[in-house]
Amino acid sequence: MLARTADNLYWLSRYMERADFLARIIEATQRLASVPRASGRDETEWESALIASGAEEAFHAHHDVADEPNVVRFLAFSEDNPSSIRNCIEYARTNARAVRTALTAEMWDAINTAWLDLQSFDGQGDAAHDREETSRFLEFAKATSLVFDGSAYRTMLRNDAYWFSRVGLYIERADNTARILDVKYHVLLPETESIGGSLDYYQWTALLRSVSALTAYRWIYREGVQPWLVADLLILKQEMPRSLLACYDALVRFLDEIGQAYGQQGPGQRHARTVMRRLEQASIKDIFQSGLHEFLTDFVEDNSRLGDILAQQYLLT
Amino acid sequence: MPCFDEMTLPDGSVRDVYSRVARWLSDSPAELLESRRSQAELLFRRIGITFAVYGDKDATERLIPFDIIPRMISRAEWTKLEAGLIQRVKALNMFLADIYGDREIIAAGKIPADLVYRNAYFRPEMSGRPVPHDIYVHIAGIDIVRVDSDKFYVLEDNARTPSGVSYMLENREVMIRLAPDLFADHRVAPVENYPDALLATLRSVAPRSANSEPVIALLTPGQFNSAYYEHSFLADKLGVELVEGRDLLVRDDVVYMRTTEGPRRVDVIYRRIDDDFLDPLAFRPDSILGVPGLVGAYLAGNITLANAIGTGIADDKAIYTYVPEIIDFYLGEQPLLQNVPTWRCREADSLAYVQEHLSELVVKEVNGSGGYGMLVGPHASSEQITLFSKKLAADPENFIAQPTLALSTCPASFSQGVAPRHVDLRPFILSGSDGVRVVPGGLTRVALKEGSLVVNSSQGGGTKDTWIVEDDRSDSSLGQGQSQSFGASLSQSQSQDCGAGQSQSQSQG
Repeated sequence: MLARTADNLYWLSRYMERADFLARIIEATQRLASVPRASGRDETEWESALIASGAEEAFHAHHDVADEPNVVRFLAFSEDNPSSIRNCIEYARTNARAVRTALTAEMWDAINTAWLDLQSFDGQGDAAHDREETSRFLEFAKATSLVFDGSAYRTMLRNDAYWFSRVGLYIERADNTARILDVKYHVLLPETESIGGSLDYYQWTALLRSVSALTAYRWIYREGVQPWLVADLLILKQEMPRSLLACYDALVRFLDEIGQAYGQQGPGQRHARTVMRRLEQASIKDIFQSGLHEFLTDFVEDNSRLGDILAQQYLLT
Repeated sequence: MPCFDEMTLPDGSVRDVYSRVARWLSDSPAELLESRRSQAELLFRRIGITFAVYGDKDATERLIPFDIIPRMISRAEWTKLEAGLIQRVKALNMFLADIYGDREIIAAGKIPADLVYRNAYFRPEMSGRPVPHDIYVHIAGIDIVRVDSDKFYVLEDNARTPSGVSYMLENREVMIRLAPDLFADHRVAPVENYPDALLATLRSVAPRSANSEPVIALLTPGQFNSAYYEHSFLADKLGVELVEGRDLLVRDDVVYMRTTEGPRRVDVIYRRIDDDFLDPLAFRPDSILGVPGLVGAYLAGNITLANAIGTGIADDKAIYTYVPEIIDFYLGEQPLLQNVPTWRCREADSLAYVQEHLSELVVKEVNGSGGYGMLVGPHASSEQITLFSKKLAADPENFIAQPTLALSTCPASFSQGVAPRHVDLRPFILSGSDGVRVVPGGLTRVALKEGSLVVNSSQGGGTKDTWIVEDDRSDSSLGQGQSQSFGASLSQSQSQDCGAGQSQSQSQG
């Protein structure tokens, strides 16, 4: 297939996945910020949401105060933020239009309908009205991702077009899972609170809920929410579909399909396998010992390197 | 000036071919038509059939309005049109092969040499470079207007990159969904085999170096081009890659596309980019849409371009006036389809006539397009006419003149009701090494503004589905005679007053 087509499909999937992630980050942060707290403490939740979504620099170029209205508007609606949900859907459609011939009618319909609906959200209302509109908008973003992903899964031919779009999706999802887990690192516990205390507990629960994994957690671990088990679930549990290991399992598989179809393995396949092996050999105890935040930072870097390698190998020939 | 309505005759009777449409219209309550119209808009919007309007930030993607009343043409009328179209396109292809070859028509004195050699669309690079099978115009769109019950004129030939065929195909799909009963009531000639016909045509002109399964690609300027939807639609229907200039590379005069598995050789390019932008090394050096080296590969015979480079000379307004001579010269035949009567101001007699009758005529600049540099006599003030008369005297070679035409009208549906509107027709003619193919139908463009003759989509024009219907014997008792009696008693009351004007239809190219 055309290298540019593969590139467009890859990014199309990434943008759709990212829109879903941003919606989840905002919801998680709203929950974290609503936890009752001792007065006088600084709110760090919204700043942490910016850091987790990699938007803090762009945000501070436009705003001074990282409060809820500013951050939500920036992450969800802003045209100034290249990675806002609105822009993700815009870019996804631009990419989709460029490769319409490689999409099924259902996929095009999903993205084009979302793009048309997008015009009805302006994100300009006052604060009271805002929260309601925001929540409708976040539901819309998640539903859009879901419908798009579902129509791709159900209708695409299983050939390189499908594999490249899945590779985009899993690279993005792995990145997002790592970042959402890292939110907790950036949300500071007030000094009066102890690690493992009730606020800490509430924060980890909110995080699980944001990735629709609270029930899965209880099912697998059958005990109260513990930080290292949450991390274990989202990093190392193969059966958890957002976990880093599950994402890499899929990446290795789809890259293998591509390599086999083209009769050649390359640096992308090798790099994905290396990351996979590292995850398989890791234990959550070791990860916490050497620092969860450091582990996640390394992972995000490795993951983005895979994107660069694949661009060289296939997408920018 | 009264004009011919394709449904209703001056005496109020309905022409045979429209009898069921008329019944359908009178049986459908206004709300039903209204809801069908909004359904149509929704369908088009969902499918994403849009066109871009340059320089309009808020409306970069617009819908071309679709009118839900089909435009009806009988099989007998179509058969005549089709023969004329095939004849015309054959002659244009022979003309191009000749002027880029032996130039017999010029030697014979049928066409002034300077009209060819000094023409901006003449490509000297192509002289003495035969193209595969001598076919230059693989895809032609010929714009036809109708002025009475049996007179059709060719308004314009589009021999470069004619567009609009996707609307012909999508309009049919939408029409079948919106008015299944009306459709089932007729025997409508199908158009959906157009992509197959196009693919067969493109395969038939592959260079001899290509193997039996030539690789075909459709070259688009990209998604910001106004016709991008059509490009992606056609690539999809053809099952070929939709490429941009940056997806192609030329190595040792061979064209490749960049794929995830490395370069892949291309044999035929259906290009929807103008000559000027094809190759920055050969034409405009600032073109970023093109492919460096493409023309070299083309001249080396390693790739077929459809249409060929240099076809613009065949759809030029000055050459247009010579098409009857061109048909006679190459085919020894009388033209089956007439040109709009045209005076060439370069000829002294014609110039004198035109100067005398400026207030009745439409005078066009030979190289003008989009209606610029045009005088519409009946609408012009006496100052404008005096001014234009001087321009004409100073440079007569640059002008042609035509009478103001009474374009036919068809019923169109509006929220206030059904009303006649002016239409034209663009059928598409495919020429391959294995023959000429014409899909029965075409794109009917309709000027939706009352009284307007401008059918261009950028200026309030819309489209209709065009139905070529088999003649229906069971209904023939109703009045074959009616359509014949036309002309005897033209009454103003039934037909829309045409005013005076001229269709400004231009290639959407």
